[in-house]
Amino acid sequence: MASPIKRAKGLSDRAIAWLFVGPSIFLLLAVNIFPLIWTINLSFTNFKANRNRDVEYIGLRNYERILTDSDTWLTMQATAHFLFWTIFFQVLIGFALAYLINKKFKGNDLWTTIIVLPMMLSPAVVGNFWTFLYQPQIGLFNYMITFFTGGDPSSFSMIGEVALAPWAIVIVDTWMWTPFVMLICLAGLRSIPDSIYEAAECDRASKWRQFWTITIPMVLPFLMLAVLFRGIENFKMFDLVVQLTGGGPGSTTEVTSINLKREAFEKWRTGYASAYAVILFVTVFGLASIYVKALNKVKDR
Amino acid sequence: MSFSVTEPSLRQKWIAGVLVVGYALITILPLIWIITTGFKSPADAIAYPPKVFFEPTLEGYVNLFTTRTRVTDETLAALGPPTTWYDAIVRQYDMVIAGPSRYGERFLNSVIIGFGSTFLSVFLGTIAAYAFSRFRVPLKDDLLFFILSTRMMPPIAVAIPIFLMFRQFGLNDTHLGMIMLYTAVNLSLSVWLLKGFIDEIPVEYEEAALIDGYTRFQAFIKVVLPQAATGIASTAIFCLIFAWNEYAFAVLLTSGTAQTAPPFIPTIIGVGGQDWPAVAAGATLFLVPVMVFTILLRKHLLRGITFGAVRK
Repeated sequence: MASPIKRAKGLSDRAIAWLFVGPSIFLLLAVNIFPLIWTINLSFTNFKANRNRDVEYIGLRNYERILTDSDTWLTMQATAHFLFWTIFFQVLIGFALAYLINKKFKGNDLWTTIIVLPMMLSPAVVGNFWTFLYQPQIGLFNYMITFFTGGDPSSFSMIGEVALAPWAIVIVDTWMWTPFVMLICLAGLRSIPDSIYEAAECDRASKWRQFWTITIPMVLPFLMLAVLFRGIENFKMFDLVVQLTGGGPGSTTEVTSINLKREAFEKWRTGYASAYAVILFVTVFGLASIYVKALNKVKDR
Repeated sequence: MSFSVTEPSLRQKWIAGVLVVGYALITILPLIWIITTGFKSPADAIAYPPKVFFEPTLEGYVNLFTTRTRVTDETLAALGPPTTWYDAIVRQYDMVIAGPSRYGERFLNSVIIGFGSTFLSVFLGTIAAYAFSRFRVPLKDDLLFFILSTRMMPPIAVAIPIFLMFRQFGLNDTHLGMIMLYTAVNLSLSVWLLKGFIDEIPVEYEEAALIDGYTRFQAFIKVVLPQAATGIASTAIFCLIFAWNEYAFAVLLTSGTAQTAPPFIPTIIGVGGQDWPAVAAGATLFLVPVMVFTILLRKHLLRGITFGAVRK
């Protein structure tokens, strides 16, 4: 053969390529795509998974019902509140921590690891334990708060009160996921070459100006990525919130995933829940695509 | 000037250090509280004000691993003195050990499903990533994007058809079903991360091997795999942590035989509500391995998190 590489020996490249990619594609088709198509199909029916009756196609009626139901919008509001404030605090604290860690004080990598610990742990197990910390009177959280502010630790209940419960889940999520934003910001800060700051110093730019004209613009693409990931994750949020408040009190913290779970696995309105799932997927996908476009613009600058 | 303009001053380092250490101490307080509560007696656990110093006891751990029944004083007296230390602990409350709890099984399920799915997703991920990296696969970019987009679905949304499908094939509440599911969920991350690692290995190494008479397959095994070992290991850790911590699918698709620890731990009930020392003991055994792992492997892990994210 003319080619230096003996293609005749063993399997051909093409065969290997398919052999290697095939199983993954098959598994993803079976566990992701097939279910997705099935969900879309079910969303046009009145199917109930706990009953054995004939399935009827009811067109877009599920979609109509969801979009006109005021409960859906309450759920969306709870999700929006959760999303906005968790991202707000995580970006603020995460960036500040990354900025401080980047000062390279002694032992910074060990302390970074300690800060990262919460995000490596099971949200359900940790969330469940937070309900203990949040207990009025005996809970550590209430004790600490009233220790500094005065007042009675049994006078408020983070997960029992309508006004406080949305903040209870924001606090735990922020505690858990700030490190993620921090790590990404840190990667961003470390990617800025020293020479840029040196050049700015030569131009006698003040530290303040350097921060706003070099540090922030250079970290921004990283920060926006972190926001994208946290946004998608928190839009899907289930385990932490279900263990902390279970959607309660009433339905004040009923974020979309919990609402969906109630429809699908408690009320067994499978068709309705499928339509809901499709709507959520389209929402996440749409918002994420718009966001990625904006992100690419920032990157190109 | 002799000093570097980009090196922070000593004073800046001190301030930064104090603030970061302060935050770190607050942030690990809940974790320390979990570990210490596991060694408290029920009375100490719910004491007011919260107790920092207490007499450690293994009651939480005994309650975690056993089921107990209350007996009358006469029966207790008839039993004679307790033969083991855990018997002695239980008898203080007029109870006897009735049998083992479910915690051991659930923990074992977590191990089986965690390691099984990690092995599979890393294995499939490595070969798929290799193919994506080295060969012209039709629709490559679409496939990669498709693989990634599967992570955007809320797990509950995917769980509806999976539940129906599993019910059809008898996979509900089985190890096999959960391993397949977690493998599929992790596969996207694993292919994505590993493609990055394999892209970095120069193609020339394999070409040299091919000229030496290796087949493609041999070149992959003997040249590429050893080079990608670190990448494969850190990918495996991420997959394992995901499977270990997963809750939504586990709570919906398992209830008995294949239930993992995360849905089980919050259901540990004592007299009048959750038995917090036992819950904390169960949580400690479940969480501490991950904490130790994180601290020991911090270099690879921390890089992996940002690497995976920044590449996407």
